[in-house]
Amino acid sequence: MSVLLWSLVGLPALAGAVLCLGGRRLATSAAPVSVSVVSLVLVLSVVAGARRPALELPFIGGAGFGLAVDALSALVLPSVALVALLVLIFASASGTAAEVSPPAGFHGLMLLFVAAVVVTVTATTLPALLFAWELMGAMSYALIGFRWQDQHRVSAGLTAFLTTRAADLGLYVAAGAALAAGTGAAFRELSAAPEGWRTVITAGILLAALGKAAQLPFSFWLSRAMEGPSPVSALLHSAAMVAMGGYLLLRVAPLLQATGWAGPVTSWVGVTTALVLGVVAVAQKDLKQLLAASTAAQLGFVVLGAGLGAVAGGTAHLIAHAATKALLFLVAGAWLSALGTKKLRGLRGAGRHWPLVGVAFSLGALSLAGVAPLALWATKDGVLAAALEASPALYGVGLVASALSAAYAGKALVLVWRRPGPGTSGTWDTEERGTRRIGLRQRIPLVVLAVGAVGLGVLALPPLADSVRAALGDGGSPAASRGELILSAVLALIVLAVVARFGVVEPRWALRWFGLETAVHALVVRPVLSLSVALARFDDRVVDRGVLAGALLAARAGRGAARFDDAGLDRAVAAASRGGRRSATATARIDADGVDAVVRATGRGARRFGGLVRRPQTGQVHHYYAQATAFLVAALVLLLLVR
Amino acid sequence: MLSLVVFLPLAAALVLAALPRIPDAAARWAWVAVTAVEAVLVTALWAAFEPPGDGGVAFEEQVAWIPTVGSSYHVGVDGLSLPLLALTAVVFLACAVYAVREQDRPRPQAALFLFLQTSCLGVFAAQDLILFFLFFDLSIVGMYFVIAGWGHDNAASSALKFFLYTFLGSLALLLGFIGLYLASEPRTFDMVELAAAAPLDGSPLAGGLVLGAILLGLAIKTPTFPFHTWLPPAHTDAPAIGSAVLAGILLKLGTYGFVRIAMPMLPEAWRDWAWVIIVVGIVSVLYGALVALAQTDLKRMIAYTSVNHMGYVVLAVGAAGVAGGTDAQARQVAVTGALTQMVSHGLITAALFLLAGVLRGRAGTYHMGSFGGIAAVAPKFSVLFAVGAFASLGLPGFSGFIAEFQIFAGAIGTVPWTALALPGILVTAALFLLATQRLLTGPVRGKAFDVTDLRAPELLSIGPLLLLSLLIGIFPRPLLDLVEPAAAAVVELVGR
Repeated sequence: MSVLLWSLVGLPALAGAVLCLGGRRLATSAAPVSVSVVSLVLVLSVVAGARRPALELPFIGGAGFGLAVDALSALVLPSVALVALLVLIFASASGTAAEVSPPAGFHGLMLLFVAAVVVTVTATTLPALLFAWELMGAMSYALIGFRWQDQHRVSAGLTAFLTTRAADLGLYVAAGAALAAGTGAAFRELSAAPEGWRTVITAGILLAALGKAAQLPFSFWLSRAMEGPSPVSALLHSAAMVAMGGYLLLRVAPLLQATGWAGPVTSWVGVTTALVLGVVAVAQKDLKQLLAASTAAQLGFVVLGAGLGAVAGGTAHLIAHAATKALLFLVAGAWLSALGTKKLRGLRGAGRHWPLVGVAFSLGALSLAGVAPLALWATKDGVLAAALEASPALYGVGLVASALSAAYAGKALVLVWRRPGPGTSGTWDTEERGTRRIGLRQRIPLVVLAVGAVGLGVLALPPLADSVRAALGDGGSPAASRGELILSAVLALIVLAVVARFGVVEPRWALRWFGLETAVHALVVRPVLSLSVALARFDDRVVDRGVLAGALLAARAGRGAARFDDAGLDRAVAAASRGGRRSATATARIDADGVDAVVRATGRGARRFGGLVRRPQTGQVHHYYAQATAFLVAALVLLLLVR
Repeated sequence: MLSLVVFLPLAAALVLAALPRIPDAAARWAWVAVTAVEAVLVTALWAAFEPPGDGGVAFEEQVAWIPTVGSSYHVGVDGLSLPLLALTAVVFLACAVYAVREQDRPRPQAALFLFLQTSCLGVFAAQDLILFFLFFDLSIVGMYFVIAGWGHDNAASSALKFFLYTFLGSLALLLGFIGLYLASEPRTFDMVELAAAAPLDGSPLAGGLVLGAILLGLAIKTPTFPFHTWLPPAHTDAPAIGSAVLAGILLKLGTYGFVRIAMPMLPEAWRDWAWVIIVVGIVSVLYGALVALAQTDLKRMIAYTSVNHMGYVVLAVGAAGVAGGTDAQARQVAVTGALTQMVSHGLITAALFLLAGVLRGRAGTYHMGSFGGIAAVAPKFSVLFAVGAFASLGLPGFSGFIAEFQIFAGAIGTVPWTALALPGILVTAALFLLATQRLLTGPVRGKAFDVTDLRAPELLSIGPLLLLSLLIGIFPRPLLDLVEPAAAAVVELVGR
């Protein structure tokens, strides 16, 4: 059984490593290798979903490296594998070569990323999760900054990595707390931790998940991440990486429920992100930026579901969103390679040039808008039903957020079907030189994903919804009532109609993602940099100089002491013994017999003193060291006292 | 067997030093051969190692030496020292391979490094304080000549600073050793006996003073804040292989002293002063990382990250001394992490310093602003540098993660406020990624045009170091199975 799990992880990891190290020699075989490996991963993940393998090996910190496929991962793992496969097929098309060259490196990194995602999805213990979690972050750094010749792309990767890693620190704290609480590091045991430690564990995991899922206040890194290649966004910012943040919260939903405050906090962060990033998405003028903001917003619904304990609804939304958003990102990538732009201005009428691509995009956008009976309509309502049960306020905000998703999806949809203006073709080729064609290997994945964007709503609709709920052990959360489903479908249609008829108000103040990144720069990055420069100066000027001054003083004191030793002590000793001898002789001369006893006593005293003086001269090195040390310490104490 | 491992390099060094007629090439290859034999021997030791019983050591050898003061030639290894012996063999082998094309007085250099290798191995094998001290001081002397003789720029003054500072530290250490000796009954310098007796338990003042002296000595060597200022100039002006040994091995002599001497021999004092040690650890972590972030010189930057990385070790061993309601497991995890960190830092930082040496060898400078876009001209160098950077920032998959995860899980599990040091991981990540970005990415510019790619000896010395870090990162159990029982023993000793 564990062979299955090992192959799921090992195949992409090994193949990825070989491709990364192989360099140019493997350029032509890179895409075939990666596509076949991920196909195999897809097949294995389906098999694993049926056979439910599990393994646990001794690892670190007294905790095991545990992997297992349960109901949740049986649903999510094949979805991620399928999206990864389609994205890799897309990336193997000649049209995308500009974004993903050299191919061996690109496909290698993608495979390593897939391996990390497999571990993340199947992890059952904190160390195993953290292991894969940070590797995902590092791979995303490398993939976002894949075209390293452009510094701004590498910086974007840096922003993504550092922001998510800042949140990841929560997992280190959680691991420490789990160790202190004595619960062991397995997820299912964490809820048993005593109150205080449980709060710490929950807070740590929550922080890490919110960072990865690009929820507020971390969302800005996702905006920067759009400087990476489109296939990277299509995988990392739809089905994996960002989605893994939501996934982690679904996995620890029992822990969130067990920790009183955690459920409401999670729900509100999720729904607020859905609302705020929805506004941001409406304001965007760049298709990938719009999709990125929308990803954070849609993940907000998943987070909302996790906070409410609506695991089934959240999972369905996660999977449906993965298909939908991967589709939209791939279309954006196809247009980018063909037209050389991702600016909405340049994409006006893009749907008309390649009708199949245009239709696929439309299906994705309609699903995103929440139009019935497409996927996200049903899954989102699955989450909102739980929100309504918990608090009308949550439901209300969620409904506004879903209206916003109709607005931004409608905005893009209307634009790509509008007749191109006379100046439109002049706004092409802003990013790169477009190829003006979209190849077969770019189109096939779009068709498959479009099917998902249309049909995956079945996960949240009867009759399948009940079995999903049962499999995930989520018996308690309510299903969306007919009224709610109708209400949200009508709302989406109304918003779409308004957008189509009157256009949409683009709040310019939301264009820069509410200045989140600027704020983090001003509040965190710049102070830390200033502090580091100040400390470096302090280190050179105070700490180092202080040592130097101390050494000089010690040397001076040493010289002084030596002079005192020569001039004072030595002479005094000599004089004393001379005096002793002289007085003894004199006394003897005066009274050889009577005072003999006194003389002998004086002589003994002088001898003893001489012996004392000689005693340090043992000839043994470590005694000299001891003396030197004692002297230095004494000198230091003296210096401190005198100064 | 153990004495052979320790003294074989010295014997080779004497031969090399005594025969000036030996041609340069022969000297270089002899060096490689001897270090390779050493690596094989240490591997054999590891394979034959059986965990010794209670407080004992394996491969023990004891010969009377200075019986009047209770000092003997006593060597032996356990789970604390064996990984470090192996690290020493590996790092010195890498240095020998790296220097296989050295033109500058290769014969004396080989002799000096072999001498240095014996002194480092001796410290880790010693089970007698006088022997420990002897090897400890010899390593300082050896490193002084490495920096002064083969360094560049202000080598003479940096070497002198290094020598005086660390020598002062060793004097403090000796003072502490003598304190232990005077307190022992019967009088002895034997480390096994001292650890078993813990002679200063019950006298907090004397125990505190002796611990103070030993801590001062070890803190200078490690180095921790505020005793670290000898490190950056020593590294900056040392030759690449000198830096690799200095950071890879010599710093470990300090941290090894914590777990080998201070904790087991002065448990009560250690527990009393644990909070000071933790604070010093936290300050070193944050201070080292922040000062490193501001550096523009690659080698100085790596040097300050050593302060940061050694800070984790200090933090962990400090936390292990905090007695309280928590069970021993968290403390044991912390100590295991500290030992893993020593090995991990040795491998990774040695690799980074060798890479920095490549840069200076090609372009004559460590100044990061002088480079850009090296990835385009030297892909192998760039891959290894990026891998080294990620390994050093504690990315999972490399040994640093295994170390830092355990240090933090164990330390936070024992003393929750040690989480204050966590931002250190983040700052380290930032500075390594910024350095990677500055050096490797963007358009090729400045001195980067001079950077030719790695040659075979460079690749074959740096690559294996990082590969070992990767192996430990993915399969940590062989190392941890060795270290964990020893860490448990230390925790038990310090908690008694």
